[in-house]
Parts: sequence; structure tokens; C-alpha cells
Amino acid sequence: MPESAPESSTADEAEQPGRPDKARPAGLGQGPGRLLVLLYGVFTVAAASRSIYQLVAQYHEAPLAYILSAVSAVVYAFITVSLVRGGEGARKAAFVCCAAELLGVLTIGTWTLADPSAFPDQTVWSDYGMGYLFIPIFLPVTGLIWLRKARQD
Amino acid sequence: MIDALTVALGVTALALASWCGFATYRDQPTKDWHFIGMAVVTLLGLVQLVIGIVQLARGQRPDESVAIFVAYLVGSGLAVPIAAFMSLAERTRWGSATVAAAAVVLAVLEVRLYDIWGGTGA
Repeated sequence: MPESAPESSTADEAEQPGRPDKARPAGLGQGPGRLLVLLYGVFTVAAASRSIYQLVAQYHEAPLAYILSAVSAVVYAFITVSLVRGGEGARKAAFVCCAAELLGVLTIGTWTLADPSAFPDQTVWSDYGMGYLFIPIFLPVTGLIWLRKARQD
Repeated sequence: MIDALTVALGVTALALASWCGFATYRDQPTKDWHFIGMAVVTLLGLVQLVIGIVQLARGQRPDESVAIFVAYLVGSGLAVPIAAFMSLAERTRWGSATVAAAAVVLAVLEVRLYDIWGGTGA
């Protein structure tokens, strides 16, 4: 908790303009990236805990849905770690994963609508992520835009 | 008992979300007052965690599985404090946005918790 002396409280809010951008690697997890880290972290936990529980407790009900949830959890986890680590390699890897994630949401979303019988239970990506406020479909798009922008800086 | 707390936590989480969302809109980082707000919400979350576990220990059972119930209790206890630390490291508007997002996540978790427990006023 920031319980510093009241007089000096404005000092740490001021930005340091002289700081060169090259000193920190890409800053993928800073600024707007910090929000992405949180959201990807939340979805990693959500997808992972959901798939672990379902794979352990009720695997036979809908194995395809549960395995897909596990795959999405791995993708989310990888992007979260890449964003936190930063650097050009991580940026490229995260970019590929975000594209894969978007492809996954679109594929699974269409698949669940076209052939609901293949999915007796929901996945994170069912119906384009409707059960998760459609965040699963906005997240990769935002991620791709952010990662593209980070290259130009 | 636990239902009333779930509703209270959901409402305070939404209040925290709009407060920090407003700070984002005004291009401000989280201030001391925001952290006090986060502390209140975190405290409520911890109280909920304890009460939930006590209810389980007294033999009451949620509508859905115990494992899911405990996972959601723990998740709702952790969401805001984690975001608070992230906003300490991010002294820009995006730190405020991160806390706002975590508070929305908490509100959603509370809605789910209400369903998981059964919402029958236990």
C-alpha cells in the first residue's frame, strides 16, 4: 500500500521522459499490455481449472469438449507468459498463438453451432465464447493489435 | 447468510469497477483511496471464503460440486488483490483499467457463486 509522505506523492506519478525505450525489452506487459496480462491470466486459470476438473470428474460425458478446453488453457497460458517475459521472440510467439486462438474460437464457435451433438458440454470457445461474455473472441483480436503495435515502438 | 454476502460482494465489486473505470477515463493511476476500496473488497472476499468453508464444515452442500464451489471462492478472494499489485507496478491509467477489469471478473464470479451454492438463502 502506498502510504508514503503526502508531500512527495506527486513525484512518483510524473513520467520520466528522458528514459530511452530501448532500455526495456519491448514492454509487452506494460501499459495496455498489463490489462491483457490480467485478462489472459484470468482465462488461463478459468480454462485450466475447468478442464482439469472436467477431465478428472466427468471425462466420458464430453471428451472432445474437455480436451479442447485443455488445449485453449495451454494457449492462454503460453500467451500470458510471453506477454510477461517480453522481447521480440516472445512477441512473435505470442502473435502466432493469438492467431491460433482466434482461429480456434472461430472454428469451435462455428462447429458448436453447426453440430451441437458433438459437444454435449460447453467449452470456453463454444458459441464464440458466449458463456464468457464473448471475451474469448475479442481477446485475440485485441492481442493481435497490441502485439502488432509493439513491433513498431 | 452466504447469499447476502455474495450479493454485497457483487455490488461492491461493480462499484469498484466503475470507480476505477472512471479513473481510467480521466487518465489517472490508482490512488490511495482506490487501494482502500480494493482492501475493503478483498476483505469481503476473504470473509466470504471463511464463511463458505465454515458452511461446508457444518455439513451444508452447494447445489453443484464442492470442488467447483471452493475454486470459485478462492478465485474471488484472489482476483482483486492480484490486480492491486499489478496496478502498483503500472502507474498509468492502464493500472486503473486492470483493477476495473478484475472487479468485473469478481462480479461475474459472484453471480456464478450464487448459482453454485443454490441461491436458496441457506
